[in-house]
Amino acid sequence: MRLTVNGTEHALGDLEPEMPLLWALRDVLGISGPKYGCGIAQCGACTVHVDGQAVRSCQLAVGDVRGAVTTIEGLGTPDDPHPVQAAWIEAQVAQCGYCQSGQIMQAASLLAGVPDPTDRDIDDAMSGNLCRCGTYPRIRAAVKAAAKAMREGA
Amino acid sequence: MGRARTIARRTFLVGSAAIAGGVAFGVWRHATPYPNPLLRDLPEGAAALTPYVRITDQAITLITPRADVGQGAVSVQAMLIAEELDVDPAQVETEFGPPDRAYWNTALASEAVPFRATDRGWLAETARDVMGAPMKFLGMQITGGSTTVPDGWEKLRRAGAVARETLKEAAARAHGVTRDALRTGNGAVILPDGTRLSYQSLAAAAAGTEPVTDAALREPAQWRLVGKPMRRVDIVAKSTGTQAYGIDEDQPGMLHAAIRLNPAQGGALRAYDARKAEAMRGVERIVELPGGVGVIADNTWRAMQAAQAIECDWAPAPYPAGMEGHWQALSDSFTPDRQDSRLRDEGDAEAALEGGADVEVDYRAPYLAHAPLEPLNATVRYTPGRTDIRTGTQVPRFVQENAASITGQDSGDVHVHVRAAGGSFGHRLEDEVVRHATRLAMAVPGRPVKLTYRREEDMGREFPRQIAMARGRGRVAGGRVAALDLGIAMPSVLSSQMGRQAIPAPGPDLQIVAGAWDQPFAIPDYRVTGYRAPELAPVSSWRSVGASTNGFFHDCLLDELIHAAGADPLEERLRLCDHAPSRAVLEAVGEMSGWGGAMGAGEGRGVAYCLSFGVPCAQVAEVRDTGAGLRIARVYVAAEVGRIVDPVNFEAQMQGGVVWGLGHAMHGQITYAGGAAEQRNFDTFRAMRLHECPEIFVRGLENDDRIRGIGEPPVPPAAPALANAIFAATGQRLREMPFDRQVSFAA
Repeated sequence: MRLTVNGTEHALGDLEPEMPLLWALRDVLGISGPKYGCGIAQCGACTVHVDGQAVRSCQLAVGDVRGAVTTIEGLGTPDDPHPVQAAWIEAQVAQCGYCQSGQIMQAASLLAGVPDPTDRDIDDAMSGNLCRCGTYPRIRAAVKAAAKAMREGA
Repeated sequence: MGRARTIARRTFLVGSAAIAGGVAFGVWRHATPYPNPLLRDLPEGAAALTPYVRITDQAITLITPRADVGQGAVSVQAMLIAEELDVDPAQVETEFGPPDRAYWNTALASEAVPFRATDRGWLAETARDVMGAPMKFLGMQITGGSTTVPDGWEKLRRAGAVARETLKEAAARAHGVTRDALRTGNGAVILPDGTRLSYQSLAAAAAGTEPVTDAALREPAQWRLVGKPMRRVDIVAKSTGTQAYGIDEDQPGMLHAAIRLNPAQGGALRAYDARKAEAMRGVERIVELPGGVGVIADNTWRAMQAAQAIECDWAPAPYPAGMEGHWQALSDSFTPDRQDSRLRDEGDAEAALEGGADVEVDYRAPYLAHAPLEPLNATVRYTPGRTDIRTGTQVPRFVQENAASITGQDSGDVHVHVRAAGGSFGHRLEDEVVRHATRLAMAVPGRPVKLTYRREEDMGREFPRQIAMARGRGRVAGGRVAALDLGIAMPSVLSSQMGRQAIPAPGPDLQIVAGAWDQPFAIPDYRVTGYRAPELAPVSSWRSVGASTNGFFHDCLLDELIHAAGADPLEERLRLCDHAPSRAVLEAVGEMSGWGGAMGAGEGRGVAYCLSFGVPCAQVAEVRDTGAGLRIARVYVAAEVGRIVDPVNFEAQMQGGVVWGLGHAMHGQITYAGGAAEQRNFDTFRAMRLHECPEIFVRGLENDDRIRGIGEPPVPPAAPALANAIFAATGQRLREMPFDRQVSFAA
């Protein structure tokens, strides 16, 4: 079994195909940005992109992945953040930060398809991502700021 | 009164109490600092000038011993040290430091004395000072109670100042000048000719210099950092997936573990059959634990799958199997022999209510999970001579002591490395996960074992927020509230929690009435009574503790009485309030919300107030009935904290506290059936989601002379503000949380 993550192809040997992508990333490949929060697609902390689409990696079996996987580490870096990450830093969204990898991946996926989202669009896209610290007001503001920056930069 | 006289007065008073109490040694320790723990293992040429600053020829490290569970504790602690040390918090290292008595929390004491936070009288202040001594004596290195800022406010700035002056002294001696001819700036001592000597270059000389301890703290006008917007030191890492949490621990040769525990808390494991699990791929070891079984495997998922495959025979819970038994126990606790405290008893409530009450109502609040998003985890490596523990915890010394008693080692051989935590809200005041991880690690000496709880184990094994019930009644007369009598029954969180640490908690538990007995209202006949229910499910501190339930009871009862009197909810609260800083927060939310302005059909505005952890906090919620459920449109929140050290994080904590209070009031509950929690994941334990989140407008006031923390105080007023707003919008009174059992919220 082979898996492409953040542009690098990995050989996974005889890994169980039913293992969730989340655990293959975290425990087999050592990519720890996607987080375990619930294991049942209720919190969104494990969100990654498969061919640009936001998916819950805790519910996607690694054997069913058809496409290139991007995790938060592949979206941008501390030295070269993605516009969504830059907006998150500027707005100081994170408190504990544990959900934010998933929030950012979800927001990046939203903005890739909807460059100028309404509040309703943001609600619909982001309500599957739980934040226990209550950073929602800043998440909403950061999504809008990122959208604006991406439109102006395009 | 000057600073020196204050110290002398406190020392004298503590000494006096000590003679009566026979704790002379403790008092002596009170006046003497604990040895600096950084002096252990300090490399040659490095200086640890105080327990909070370590400088080597390579790096400046600030020690921030209060855990960062998301509330920004590392950043604010670093800021306070850096303010006096003259370094940029973003340019230096931070470290949680080892578990050590030197990092005791003095400010915890202020919540443990039977005096209202608004009481600044001699007796109240004396009691707070005296309580500070045992906090130090026990080495209570605890993060909690919104104490990080009040506890560190002077201590950390002083640590920075001592380090700075000692570095200057070292430079002065080396260059033959006097210390006061030198300046400091951005991590360097500056000679009169402008030459910059980096702190790192002075480390070796400073290590041989007696610390300069008489450094005066800077005046507010000189502050570079305090009170200004700060960028959190962890904000880039937390926005790029590069922040490492305990769950991300990766050690060479590490094994992964999962656990299966009796879903009835405290119930035993009678028998188990692990034959199927043993044969599963990757499984290395099955280990029996108190009340459950653990699996050690080569990755987390395989360990979790195997743990699920174990067949277990569980003994029943030591508390009632179903909720009716829990509610009955509370209902039966309103008796004289269960009375725990009556700290508020003004006028004669009994006589005032003899002829009947205008309002007589019961309130209920459920058990609640803390459920931080990072599940409990701990990585432990055991060898016969040394144990290393890596985990996110608010109680590193309890972790160390409890692990040592399991391994049979001296606590000095147990090394606790505190990790950043993905939330806590009180969850990481418990250390059960570390005890289990230690036992698992002892099965494979020399191999690090990372234990990760499945969400279902984490939530199923919660030590939840206390369940509580209240009985309120009151009278109105002449358009005013005349009498308020509130009885509150709950199990003691303090004795449940301290019991698990084998620390006695004698006397009344003030948390049973916190947020109710201590409110600054002058009601002619006013009584608050606490009743200690028998121990039920084991409970633990949950963001704002007793006030999380009692703020709801007290303020909703007050609101009902105000409506019965025909008075305006804000005006009557202001009229009754006899504490100027509290009046100011009520006036602030009135102004922010345009209180009294017209509302549309199906819209309502509710105000609530609660003083907790010394902080007066008021909120106004605006609710709209959409026809397809209720929507919270806006919340206005104001709090008085004495001084706002970082306005960016202040706003974040206020908004987060409001979301926490509202979300749980709307949806949250843990219920037991057959002794087991019925909610074990976020599908059934519902929390606020983004689409439900109102706009939240925040204002901080700085009128008081005492600095306070802001992690918890925004929580208690949120639920009553929402309930009062729903009443204003719909005419329906909600007296039991969660509200979604009685009304529906817009999807």
